[in-house]
Amino acid sequence: MKDEYDVLVVGAGPGGSIAAKTAAEHGLDVLLIEKRAEIGNPVRCAEGVGKESIKPFIESDPSWISAEVKGARIYSPDGTAIEMSEDIAGPEVGYVLERKIFDRALTLQAARTGAEVMVKTRATGLIIENGFVRGIRGEHFGDDFTVRANIVIGADGVESKVGRWAGINTTLKLSDIETCAEFLMADIDFDQDYCDFYVGNEIAPGGYAWIFPKGKHEANVGVGVLGSRVGSTKAIHFLKKFVDKSCSDGHILEIIVGGVPVSGPLERTITNGLMLVGDAARMTDPITGGGIVNAMITGQIAGEVAAKAISKGDTSTKMLSEYETRWKSAIEDSLDKSLHAKEVLTKMPDGQLDMLAHSIKDVNFGELTATSLLTEITRRNPKMLWELRHLL
Amino acid sequence: MIVINRHKCGHCGACVGVCPENAIDLVDAWVEISDKCIECGICVKVCPVGALEIQHEG
Ligand SMILES: Cc1cc2nc3c(=O)[nH]c(=O)nc-3n(C[C@H](O)[C@H](O)[C@H](O)COP(=O)(O)OP(=O)(O)OC[C@H]3O[C@@H](n4cnc5c(N)ncnc54)[C@H](O)[C@@H]3O)c2cc1C
Ligand code: SF4
Ligand code: SF4
Repeated sequence: MKDEYDVLVVGAGPGGSIAAKTAAEHGLDVLLIEKRAEIGNPVRCAEGVGKESIKPFIESDPSWISAEVKGARIYSPDGTAIEMSEDIAGPEVGYVLERKIFDRALTLQAARTGAEVMVKTRATGLIIENGFVRGIRGEHFGDDFTVRANIVIGADGVESKVGRWAGINTTLKLSDIETCAEFLMADIDFDQDYCDFYVGNEIAPGGYAWIFPKGKHEANVGVGVLGSRVGSTKAIHFLKKFVDKSCSDGHILEIIVGGVPVSGPLERTITNGLMLVGDAARMTDPITGGGIVNAMITGQIAGEVAAKAISKGDTSTKMLSEYETRWKSAIEDSLDKSLHAKEVLTKMPDGQLDMLAHSIKDVNFGELTATSLLTEITRRNPKMLWELRHLL
Repeated sequence: MIVINRHKCGHCGACVGVCPENAIDLVDAWVEISDKCIECGICVKVCPVGALEIQHEG
């Protein structure tokens, strides 16, 4: 480790690794630190991702693809299925990843581009001088250190502290986080070609349960429940109930737990000398909970803006506002729509969810996005138009 | 006082993300709660496995 870098990235998830790689590609001196001893482990993910959407970031490699799926289905409480499938969307619309290997491949990509990577290295605070973030304080293998940088990129995930240290309030309300538990299960009998989602106030209040195929009759079986709706039952209990009902014959090989921000993006994602990306900036989709791709998109933009700011010798908020303009034009619209849809859908009783599902069950959707579903719902249920007007 | 059952904890960081007082740290696989904690109980609610508990003294 040197005393000073152009860019210091905190957190080697997909957001941090892509930010570090992008900055290094532009010839910057980059340090990427990760507090865990092992990149990508423990996993906190159901690992589902659109095939096309990850293409710009890494060349596809069978080592981190567990399964390819032809489509996705949403089941309403009474079992009605809404389907999106390959006939319309093209073959193999999605991957179920092996995140442990995927995350490492992304970090390796950053390292091979020239970024210095350090594991078991945790940021513990920021160096702030004259209102500018100028580096971090940290801890590596029990030893404290400080390291200076012109720009710090906070990619430190759901438990992000970097923003808080800089005075940005990133605290998630209970109504803005899904509390999740998942089993990797073997020997269960299900359709290996689809990612399945189950909604309903009993199965998963304010969230959903999922079965995502991992190949070889294995699957990620999980439940996410809105923090404000869990009551005294824990996510793990919802999961056990779901497993008892849908796949009790399977064997549990791994337990995964996690929190997914569903608040919509932070109002402020920058300050002098600092940008926040991915889960740290709450970039996950509030309806699907998917955050891998948005972490990479925002990481890439942050890396590019860092390069421009450093070449101009200006790391002020004014200069870095290009980061906000660009991520907004890339993903703000879809995040906004999902956030509104979350507000409406998470309050619906089961009967209403069933009614909506019945109204669109014969439509074969090319893409399973909040917008395409809701456009169809309002077309067929004109009375709902008023409640859903923000979404269209 | 908030107590953590380290045998239950899955090191997911959800509790850290919701703590309004910034009182929780996830250090590698180790959750630490500082004396900034005001016992609001939000972290207890969000924990997916029930590893956190408020314990009243006396
Ligand atoms: C149960 C569950 C299921 C999910 N399913 C999906 C899915 O199917 N599809 C999808 O797209 N998304 C899914 N997500 C969301 C997805 O996992 C995240 O959005 C994604 O990992 C965000 O990437 P990131 O780089 O922003 O953060 P992370 O991947 O969380 O990486 C942050 C990194 O920063 C490190 N870090 C934190 N603090 C520090 C510090 N102080 N110093 C150094 N390092 C630090 C952490 O150890 C971590 O490695 C799911 C999440 C959960 C919990
Ligand atoms: S009880 Fe409240 S203040 Fe204390 S650690 Fe939990 S969330 Fe933070
Ligand atoms: S929310 Fe629970 S499982 Fe997750 S880190 Fe906190 S104590 Fe551990």
